[in-house]
Amino acid sequence: MSGTRLSVVYFSSVSENTKRFVDRLGVPAQRIPLRPTEPHLLVTKPYVLFVPTYGGGNGQGAVPKQVIKFLNDERNRSQLRGVVSAGNTNFGSAYCIAGDIIARKCGVPHLYKFELLGTTEDVRSVREGIERLWQQP
Amino acid sequence: MTAVSAAHGDKPKLVSRVSAINWNRIEDEKDVEVWNRLVNNFWLPEKVPLSNDIQSWHTLREEEQRMTTRVFTGLTMLDTIQGTVGAVSLIPDAITPHEEAVYTNIAFMESVHAKSYSSIFSTLISTAEIDEAFRWSEENANLQEKARIVLDYYRGDDPEKRKVASTMLESFLFYSGFYAPMYWSSRAKLTNTADLIRLIIRDEAVHGYYIGYKYQKALEKASPERRQELKDYTFDLLFELYENEEQYTEDLYDPLGLTEDVKAFLRYNANKALMNLGYEGLFPKDQTNVNPAILSALSPNADENHDFFSGSGSSYVIGKAVNTEDEDWEF
Repeated sequence: MSGTRLSVVYFSSVSENTKRFVDRLGVPAQRIPLRPTEPHLLVTKPYVLFVPTYGGGNGQGAVPKQVIKFLNDERNRSQLRGVVSAGNTNFGSAYCIAGDIIARKCGVPHLYKFELLGTTEDVRSVREGIERLWQQP
Repeated sequence: MTAVSAAHGDKPKLVSRVSAINWNRIEDEKDVEVWNRLVNNFWLPEKVPLSNDIQSWHTLREEEQRMTTRVFTGLTMLDTIQGTVGAVSLIPDAITPHEEAVYTNIAFMESVHAKSYSSIFSTLISTAEIDEAFRWSEENANLQEKARIVLDYYRGDDPEKRKVASTMLESFLFYSGFYAPMYWSSRAKLTNTADLIRLIIRDEAVHGYYIGYKYQKALEKASPERRQELKDYTFDLLFELYENEEQYTEDLYDPLGLTEDVKAFLRYNANKALMNLGYEGLFPKDQTNVNPAILSALSPNADENHDFFSGSGSSYVIGKAVNTEDEDWEF
């Protein structure tokens, strides 16, 4: 498969954990801007969203504000096909809850969860999974 | 003699100059984010109804009670180290005043954690049993060795090695102990105690993440040789600590036949400690398969089979009720 239709959009804070996972996938990826001063990102073709989970207490603020802003744009929302989330099981019931919230609000599947930087197996599963997803009619 | 060594050997290391902290001028936004997260997560042991566990405690066999009590004294020891030495030792190395403030928050919470074990003790066991457990913690060679290794690096003169040791403590060394309350929780025992421990686990996760992040920021400015030196040091330290953790685990869990199960949990967490420091995990997947009951006691959402791609599990979950709406959503 050529991979030309593969598209990934991700958010990563300055700690860059999620960015490093996306880099290891080796697929074209666009980053949601970190700072309000940066230009708004508009995505015009189907993509899978990669997002870390923030917070960890009551779950408030679990989805990074920049991601909410990005998804508030209906044009971006309409291209979203699924969400992959990063987290840490040490946050208990808030583990990867950002993925649950986005999946529910946008009506897309929560495709995969991984911890921190992700393992080699996680990278392989996600890469293969995304390729299969894109081959579906 | 004591006075001399205090003056020359363990001279307290303090920041050389202090500027008034200005929270309206931020150099590293991670400092504010983590400060807010820690403040929002604040809790005290008095809020957890530990006395509801008294009946459950009395259903444990004597050796089960002994293991549990010893686990908690070991955890008390680690939290005491981190509260009085570990987090404090990071302050002079801080790059920003806000980073210093975050360390003071971490240090205080570690003291809350240490105190919360005393709440568990006073609720569940007699004074004589408490004294016996603390005596055990002083005499157990592997617990003392664990403390010695970490304290040596806290007293050393390398700021980055201090951060590595601190992240190891926060993200790895606690877990031989945390296993026990998760084990009881998975059997519907000591469930309030487990709730309290989950609050501690959540805090330690933020601490390990933050200290590991600051370590990685320091690495960005380091030479390739220095980076290699620190990476080698990190893995050497991990091996040294892991070997000791194995023995400590045997001391605690052999009588109950749980040792191998605990060791998988240790390796899983050792990998996470490395990831917090920016390195890939060391132990392969087949050595880090945590007992699913333990994993789900830790996180009910951690269904291992959450893999929509492979079609396993009931992964197409979009209906889950999440009561954490942010007002920023516009749809």
